[in-house]
Amino acid sequence: MELTARIISKGTATGNLLVSRDAISFYGGVDPDTGVVVEKGHSLEGKTIAGKVLVFPKGKGSTVGSYTLYRLKKNKVAPLAIINKETEAIVAVGAIISDIPAIDKLEKDVYKNLKTGKIVTVDGNKGVLILK
Amino acid sequence: MIKMQLTTEEKEFLDGKHGHAAQKSMEILAALGEIYSAENLIPVKSAQVAGVSYHNLGDAGLEYLEELALDGKVSIKTTLNPAGMDLIDWKKLGISKEFAEKQIKVINAFKKLGVETTATCTPYLIGNKPKQGDHIAWSESSAVCFANSVLGARTNREGGPSALAAAITGKTPLYGMHLEKNRQAQVTIVINAKIGTLDDFSALGYAIGKKIENKIPYITGLKNANTDQLKIFSASIATYGGTAIFHMDGITPNKTIIPKEKVEIHDTDIANAKKALTDNCTVDFVALGCPHASLRELKEISDMLEGKKVKITTWISTARKTKQEAEKLGILKTIEDSGTFVAADTCMAVAPLKGRFKCMATNSAKACFYAHGSNNFKTKLGSTKTCIDCAVDGKWN
Repeated sequence: MELTARIISKGTATGNLLVSRDAISFYGGVDPDTGVVVEKGHSLEGKTIAGKVLVFPKGKGSTVGSYTLYRLKKNKVAPLAIINKETEAIVAVGAIISDIPAIDKLEKDVYKNLKTGKIVTVDGNKGVLILK
Repeated sequence: MIKMQLTTEEKEFLDGKHGHAAQKSMEILAALGEIYSAENLIPVKSAQVAGVSYHNLGDAGLEYLEELALDGKVSIKTTLNPAGMDLIDWKKLGISKEFAEKQIKVINAFKKLGVETTATCTPYLIGNKPKQGDHIAWSESSAVCFANSVLGARTNREGGPSALAAAITGKTPLYGMHLEKNRQAQVTIVINAKIGTLDDFSALGYAIGKKIENKIPYITGLKNANTDQLKIFSASIATYGGTAIFHMDGITPNKTIIPKEKVEIHDTDIANAKKALTDNCTVDFVALGCPHASLRELKEISDMLEGKKVKITTWISTARKTKQEAEKLGILKTIEDSGTFVAADTCMAVAPLKGRFKCMATNSAKACFYAHGSNNFKTKLGSTKTCIDCAVDGKWN
């Protein structure tokens, strides 16, 4: 099934979903060396975002977070791709400078079907999400 | 897929015809334009770039900047935020050689990009002072708030990479603070409190910032405010309220509607703000100059310190250019003779200070925020005089 989305950052990736209920602050909220979420009380606290297709509502916190995404990528612990409800500037800029495919604004009902562990393909060139 | 109207030249940037750095920059601006529904890009007159401290950038950030510097050049006047250390006297500040080497590499990448390596959060005090109505692309939340509110320039709250993208292309997407309709006040703040010293203005920014929930304030009840007071207020309200612009009756230059919704600020609000930023702790670090101290502030501090010695580690952070002016006037010598460090190019918020101190005294509410959040310090908020007295007496009164 192919679903249309808005393109934020180009590129394609296929992998397992990791779904976060909460917004993510990459600066201070994610360890740039390991990809582990360290924010206290976060729904992904203790889990790694490395190698996942990461689903979260939006970014939050300091704009330094864009560079944190870049650090994650260079340390080979970045997410494979990003799916947001609505991407804001920190994540958009971070994804673009790090060459991480990113899309947002899928139809509302779609998010309910995105469950951790499912395999999907994010195509940031065409602006589609492919569910297997 | 891009809905924004781009010129032929802008499309060429996007297609990579002007090199890698220009392409990445245009991708960033096009994505931001898309996200915020901008119709087109507009030219900007200057940029202020944050994301300079190696402490925050790490090796990857450094690598990103070096990669951009391979074929990138800024096309407009571009100044730089503070670094993680005094670029000359870093040893005196107890910075490690490893950190210093990396920090210098960051600065060299910016130099190669054509950025003026001013390393200050107060570009408007040292020669990057936009005129009313100028469109600019600045990062550094305190400078953004000051430029929009006090100078009447127009900028969104940019992050480091988007400000740099604007510097390279000379463009920014037309949305947010660039549009008159988004700069109008949404709530009236009536001040019924005594506001005079810098810590009062810090506390006022905290109190208003916490109350307005992202609304643009129109502030009445202040008779006057000088540049230093507006500078520290901008830093505080931007930190605690996320504010990009405020209006002050009779003080700031922008026209605005006057909102009916009113919020009053009383002496108790100011006292509570100070209480919230003052912990029970023994001061072992006194830090002034957030935002960077002006020449007038350095003069005031020098008068207070004349013939005295400090018992507690004391930093005054300022712009390199301001420090040089202070040196010419003999002010610098008086301050340094007391044992106080005048740290140029850096500040207590971006230097790698974690673990070195436990309790910081300051006149700046913004400095308190970063002391707690980044460095795990406790804090005390007081006037410049209270802070200097503490440094000299060895205890907080």
